[in-house]
Amino acid sequence: MTAMRIRVNGRDREVAPGATVSALLEELGLLPARLAVERNGRVVAKPDYPSVALEEGDVVEVVHFVGGG
Amino acid sequence: MRTSTLTIAGRSFPSRLFVGTGKYPSLEVARRALMASGAAMVTVAVRRIDLTQKGEGSILDVIEKVGVPILPNTAGCYTVDEAVRTARLGREAGLSDYVKLEVIGDPKTLFPDNDGLLQATRILVKEGFVVLPYTNDDLVVAKRLRDAGAAAVMPLAAPIGSGLGIQNPVNLRILLEEIQDLPVIVDAGVGTASDAAIVMELGADGVLMNTGIAGAADPEKMARAMRLAIESGRLAFEAGRIPKKLYASASSPVEGVVRSGA
Repeated sequence: MTAMRIRVNGRDREVAPGATVSALLEELGLLPARLAVERNGRVVAKPDYPSVALEEGDVVEVVHFVGGG
Repeated sequence: MRTSTLTIAGRSFPSRLFVGTGKYPSLEVARRALMASGAAMVTVAVRRIDLTQKGEGSILDVIEKVGVPILPNTAGCYTVDEAVRTARLGREAGLSDYVKLEVIGDPKTLFPDNDGLLQATRILVKEGFVVLPYTNDDLVVAKRLRDAGAAAVMPLAAPIGSGLGIQNPVNLRILLEEIQDLPVIVDAGVGTASDAAIVMELGADGVLMNTGIAGAADPEKMARAMRLAIESGRLAFEAGRIPKKLYASASSPVEGVVRSGA
């Protein structure tokens, strides 16, 4: 099985075929509590992280809060 | 004696001061300033996580310690699409329907793009957001935002981060007189305590500021100063000031003065 290519926060990345959002976050060392994930322009709800499987070419944004006005 | 309470979309707030969390020299300084401010809510920005390095502490740790609700913003967004996506991400990350909506139209002044702001407001209101749009001190735009379902309007006093104070008191007074049915929170341009007090004396329902506190030499002291100014200004507004007159009117009785040569 060859790895899938996706784009995360503007950078190319390879993930295992069928990897879920949860798996990606785990690989990135991120806890889901204080972040949000967008996949191809749509927000992925937190309860769906374990069930949403990523696909080749997906564009993923992983964001959090920073100081701002 | 307390001032009347600020209510936005049915929710009451213990303060009329909203504080930004950007530009503090350190998280500890931010924590002290947020504590001293007694803020109703604190704004935060939504940004990509930097995946190349591990963060140490975060502003969210500080906010949780202070125990103040967060107000995600869409700062830095220049299109309706960017602002709407950022608002949705902020809701998912922060589990709150409140959003400080910014659609910026010009990078040098950071003035709002009114057309984009209206479009984004309509979309987000439909999705159940409590939309607090950062806007010009323009009554017509404020009315349109109100009609689009905004929960408050947040006109600028001066450009973001400028510290210039109210540049157009007439526009702001007109806006405050004409928009009576939803809160008007002056957002941006406040430089020091008197600016905040003046805004409140004009009848604003609240003030949102970031740089005025974060950029002060002592942010904790300035936060306290702003808190007091906003409370003073609001009390003065509610108390009803005396009319301005050109000539003196004696405070002591004019009868019974001991006169020389009488």
